[in-house]
Amino acid sequence: MQLISCPFCGLRDETEFRFGAEAGKRRGTASSSAEEWANYLYFQGNPKGQTREIWVHLACGEFFMLERDSMTHEIHQSYCIRKEDQK
Amino acid sequence: MRLASFGTAVDSTKPLNFTFDGMACQGLAGDTVASALLAAGVRVVGRSFKYHRPRGIWGHGSEEPNAIFDVSCGIDREPNARGTTTQLSEGLRVRSVNASPNASRDTYGLFDAFARFIPAGFYYKTFMWPDWQRFEPRIRAMAGLGCIDKVWSPKSFSRQVNSTCDVLVVGAGRSGLAAASRAAKDGKSVMIVDEGIEPGGTLLYRSRLIEGVSASDWLCETLIELERRDVRMLSRATAYGVYDHNLVCVSELKGGFAPPDLWRIRTSEIVIATGAIERPLVFPNNDRPGVMSAASALFYLRRYGVRVGERVVIASNNDSTGEIANAFRDAEAKVIEVAAVKDVKGRHGIEAVIDSEGRSIAADALLVSGGFTPTVHLYCQNKGRLRWSESHAAFLPGKPVEGMRVVGSAAGDFGWTVSAAWAAKPGKTRAWIDFQNDVTLKDLAQAARENYRSVEHVKRYTTLGMATDQGKTSNLNGLVAMAALTGRSIAETGTTTYRPPYTPTSLMAFTGVRHGELFNPVRRLALEPEHRAAGAVFREYGGWLRPAAYGSDIQAEALRARETVGIFDGSPLGKIDVIGPDAGALLDFNSYGTISTLRPGRLRYGFMLQETGIVYDDGVIARVDEYRFVVSCSSSHVQGVYQRLEEWRQDQFDPSRVYIHNATPRWATLTVTGPRSRQLLKELDLGLDIGLAELPHMAFVLGSFEGGPARVARVSFSGDLSFEVSVPLSKAVLLFHAMRRASTPLGGILLGLEAMMILRAEKGYIVIGKDTDGLTMPHDLGHTGPRDKRTDEFVGRRALFTDWAMGRDRRQLVGLAVAEGEAALPTGSHGIERVNGKLRSVGYVTSSYFSPTLRRPIALGLIERGAARQGDTVKFQYLGREREATIVAPCFIDPEGTRLHV
Repeated sequence: MQLISCPFCGLRDETEFRFGAEAGKRRGTASSSAEEWANYLYFQGNPKGQTREIWVHLACGEFFMLERDSMTHEIHQSYCIRKEDQK
Repeated sequence: MRLASFGTAVDSTKPLNFTFDGMACQGLAGDTVASALLAAGVRVVGRSFKYHRPRGIWGHGSEEPNAIFDVSCGIDREPNARGTTTQLSEGLRVRSVNASPNASRDTYGLFDAFARFIPAGFYYKTFMWPDWQRFEPRIRAMAGLGCIDKVWSPKSFSRQVNSTCDVLVVGAGRSGLAAASRAAKDGKSVMIVDEGIEPGGTLLYRSRLIEGVSASDWLCETLIELERRDVRMLSRATAYGVYDHNLVCVSELKGGFAPPDLWRIRTSEIVIATGAIERPLVFPNNDRPGVMSAASALFYLRRYGVRVGERVVIASNNDSTGEIANAFRDAEAKVIEVAAVKDVKGRHGIEAVIDSEGRSIAADALLVSGGFTPTVHLYCQNKGRLRWSESHAAFLPGKPVEGMRVVGSAAGDFGWTVSAAWAAKPGKTRAWIDFQNDVTLKDLAQAARENYRSVEHVKRYTTLGMATDQGKTSNLNGLVAMAALTGRSIAETGTTTYRPPYTPTSLMAFTGVRHGELFNPVRRLALEPEHRAAGAVFREYGGWLRPAAYGSDIQAEALRARETVGIFDGSPLGKIDVIGPDAGALLDFNSYGTISTLRPGRLRYGFMLQETGIVYDDGVIARVDEYRFVVSCSSSHVQGVYQRLEEWRQDQFDPSRVYIHNATPRWATLTVTGPRSRQLLKELDLGLDIGLAELPHMAFVLGSFEGGPARVARVSFSGDLSFEVSVPLSKAVLLFHAMRRASTPLGGILLGLEAMMILRAEKGYIVIGKDTDGLTMPHDLGHTGPRDKRTDEFVGRRALFTDWAMGRDRRQLVGLAVAEGEAALPTGSHGIERVNGKLRSVGYVTSSYFSPTLRRPIALGLIERGAARQGDTVKFQYLGREREATIVAPCFIDPEGTRLHV
């Protein structure tokens, strides 16, 4: 059981969280090519090691950025997405 | 034999009666099953797994490979209990496993004579033809350990305890207690978990001086000190696994037949002080009863006063056995120490030991010590890497793992000097590596000959280390032999992977309270008692326990609702509020149809798609006012719809301009449906005009009921005039009784979900997930408008325009009619056609009922190009039987909607 840090609620058990998406992924639109759309729907980078991902804390409902290591399961940091936009 | 002057763990004034394989025996309070059997002079305690060789007790802890028993008392029973960790109690019945009729006279014992014909891989190679399944039942009956009592159920359930501490010490021996003591003095919160019945580890039976005092005095003082500092100590508790971020799971045995407690302990630091396990020496017939771990023999002598032999031979590759020889001499046993053992005589118990010079030494016990294997399981589970140490003849923890420290014998600090003395070559007589799974040196040699190199493959091919003891005593001897046989170093050969649990852990521990109703808890309606009083039969639908029917005649129930009025509990229907200036825009984006053009007070039916274009849910959205909508999605999709709305809100919109609130659990909804539903509703004091002009189909109004709000929506799932009335949960009972009072003079009834399913199918209304599947897009259901007309972006839009989405052969929603007098098509029947003589499916029946309104069967289905094939006849197949059905429009009654718009 991993402990994940929600930027709003602090450390909680992983069962309270759900994976959202890999960070940096752009939603396709009606004008996307079939290939772009398939990439958006089905293809993941799934990197080994350092990852940047969007997770949601189901208890507070907030989506946030989570930087972690997919090999060691180390959690590096998590932060509010909107704050990042302001940077 | 029990010596009067020994035994710190037993109370000689309290005898306990028990039986072993039906034979009456006596032990003492404080005994384990193993110590009591040794005291009673029982030598053969079980049979080996494959060859049914007689086996005696080897060790004294959870590593024990041989002493596995079926223990019972009254109706309580535990299969495969380890005799070394099971405490004796009055009246306990102990039975050997894998032996028939008993351990000392086992019918299958003759297997051993044929051993040379059943080497490693024998079953894999022999029973391939014609088919393993044929042989499996009989082979299974012959092999295996205890049997499960299928009738027995526990009186209590495993407690689940969550806990935290700064430092968790695993193992209450010398090193563990010292580490705990230091941490506690530093002001840290400390917990200790230990497998033993009492804390102390080797301090309980080894004599040595620690910090100038005797081991027992040091132990006593330290335990008092720890208690004074509030250090929590769990005994008979096995830390069986380490999980992410320093979560340690511990199974704490509760004694008797009570299930263990399961502890989940989160800690900043784990101290591994788990000690080391003594290894056997590998020599011919080293599995004979009476060959035993030397340290364990000392343990039984000092703790239980049990002297395992009168004429004792000791063989060892280290200097730990000097003390043991002296202790047995003090206990008036004849002790001979030998350098090596060539063979052992005596089938059901040692009679003589043949030493390296070939001399035969009369003996009734052979105590061996082949070195020590550090118990590094938890370190390895936590991604620790081992390193081979020649001077320790053991794998030791390598680089430290963050948040974990390995101390004492587990880190190689044995206090003894071990010289590696390994059996090099397999001889004529078998020498055992794995006692529990009957793996011999010969089997390893065969695996090496057949070119097995990886230890993981050797393990699975020979079954070395795959028994319930997971090779705690055997793995190292096995891989050392493998290294020699394949000409590699031990470090190169490496170890197999360590995985939890460290010891077999009762499934009850994991189940905890999740059994019976709590295995998969249902959600319950506020009105459940009222439904029950009215005779409802309940069934689970999408996680909710709902009335399926009120009595046995579902057909009559449906018909009455068509003719008069039915009251249906629709409380689980979604009630998700979407609020704010961007609420309309969010709902437009989320939905297949446009929502923002809806006028306040009106309802709109529509779909939500996945990004793949597949229909996710259907439902009705109400606009309360300019900035407020209520999404009434289907009951089983409430959580999912709420989550996707929240995700799109945060991803695509300004969250300060739209807010989502799931109010589903706060409202009860009762639907009245049927031609007399308006009459029924007029009897209720809702403060509303509900005539056709004031409240047409797909409109809703806010009224009041008994001093609270009431939402009345004209929406229909039956095809008849219907009203959904939603009130706060606190008014649900009042509303239910008011409706029932009003319905009785109208000839109304309560309507269960099964009858409602018939009504909706007659009208051709679909249920998502039943009449659609993972390939169904909205245009397959006849809803093409938004795809063709919408120019703005919405979820799943792009996917509706792929080649596949626009393909010709899509499965489309149809109605299916059968010939007069025929029975209903079975749901799931496949429509079939023959192409080049081969059968292929063209779709299937999704819903099928006998219609009480039409007095004939009706069905819905998904059929290739179905929409354009009305009137065609399709062959259907179900369980080998073929039927015919005609494709018709999916709406069977009132296609003009005259029953709705009244």
